[in-house]
Amino acid sequence: MIRLKELESWLQDLQDFETPKVALEQYQTPPHIAAHIAHTIQASFGDLEGKLVADLGCGCGMLTVAAAIMGTATVVGFDIDSDALKTCKENLEELEITAAELVQAEVRQLGVSCSRFTKLFDTVLLNPSFGTKCNQGTDLEFVQVALELSHGPVYSLHKTSTRAHIIKTASRWGVNVQVLAKLRYDLPNTYKFHKKKSVDIEVDFIKFTVNCHIVVEDFIKPCPHRSTVPSKWAKLDVKHMEMLDGSNQTNRQTALSGDFA
Amino acid sequence: MKLITHNMLTSKGMKNVKEGFPLKIQAEEMRNVDIDYDRDFITRMIPKLDWKALVFAAQCVGHKEDLPDTLPDGYENDNELLKRLHHVLLEVEVISGCLECPETQRKFPISNGIPNMLLNEDEV
Repeated sequence: MIRLKELESWLQDLQDFETPKVALEQYQTPPHIAAHIAHTIQASFGDLEGKLVADLGCGCGMLTVAAAIMGTATVVGFDIDSDALKTCKENLEELEITAAELVQAEVRQLGVSCSRFTKLFDTVLLNPSFGTKCNQGTDLEFVQVALELSHGPVYSLHKTSTRAHIIKTASRWGVNVQVLAKLRYDLPNTYKFHKKKSVDIEVDFIKFTVNCHIVVEDFIKPCPHRSTVPSKWAKLDVKHMEMLDGSNQTNRQTALSGDFA
Repeated sequence: MKLITHNMLTSKGMKNVKEGFPLKIQAEEMRNVDIDYDRDFITRMIPKLDWKALVFAAQCVGHKEDLPDTLPDGYENDNELLKRLHHVLLEVEVISGCLECPETQRKFPISNGIPNMLLNEDEV
C-alpha cells in the first residue's frame, strides 16, 4: 500500500477550481485531509482497493484521485458542473489515472431516477457542501443518495457543529454513524463574502453504515434504543462489524480519535 | 466512458420514460486503456451487470465478438471469458459521441470521455 506521505504529495499538485461557484459551494478538499481520509479508509477498513467506488460531487477530483491511487478497481466521480469536471479530467490525465470514470449528473437525481445505481457501489465517498450558504441540508441529501447507491459504507465530511443533528437524522433512517476523526479544515478565502483570509472550521470525518451495529465512542447523544453507550460495547460492536463484512484485515483500528491536522 | 459505466446509466429520470435502458452508444472517438486484470473484481461484478445491455453496448462499439450472447454457466472458472470481459468493461473507452434514449431518442452527449446526463427542467 502506498505511504500516506507519498499519497499526499501526489495530491498536492492537483489543480483547483478556476472560478469556484458560490451556488454549488465549491471548494477544494485540502490535499492533506483527502490523503488522510483515503489512507484511513483503505488501511483501517479495506474499502478502496479492488472496489467499485463512487465520489458524489467530485469537483476537481481530490477524493476521486486519492481513491484511485489507493487502488480502486473503478472510481466513478459524479458532478453537475462541467468546468469542475474538465479540471478533474485534466487532473486524472496528468497523473495517468485510468481507473476513474466521470459522469455529469445531478447527484440528488441519481438515487430516484436511476435504479441501476441502487446498491451498486462497494463504497461511496463524498465531501458535500456543508450547507452554510443558501443550500442548507444539502450535505444530508447527498448522504441519503450515497446510502442508496452503496451496499457498503459511506464516508463523508460534515461540520462538527452539526454532529448531533446528523446522528439524529441517521438514526431516524436506521443508519449507524461512526465519527472516525475530527479535523481542522482550513477553508480558504474562496468567495467575496468571506472577510477573513481563511477560517478554520471543525469537520467530522464520518462513516455511515446500514444494517450492522456500530456504536460511536464519542457519541454526543446515545442511540434512542440505548440509554448509555459503555465503551466496552463500542469495541465489541466494531469487532462484530469486522466479522459481518467477512474481511480479515490485520492491524485494524477500531476508530481513529484525535486530530489529523 | 467505459462500458462498465454505460451499464449503469439510464434516461429513466425523464418524464414518460419507463426504463430508458440500455442507452444506444454512438461512438465517434474511442481509445483503449490498460487496466490491471483483477479476477476477483470481474467475478464479483458479473451478477450486477445487465448482460444483455453489455452485449448491446459491445456491439455498438465494435466488440461484439468478445462476448457470448448469454452468460454461460460456470463463468467464474472460465478465465478466458473473464479476461475478455475485463477488456470490454474496463479497457474500451468512448471519448466522444452520444448516448441515445431507446424510448425518446433524446441524445446525451459524450465529450472528453464524460457523458452528460443532465436533463433540462422541461424534461423532468
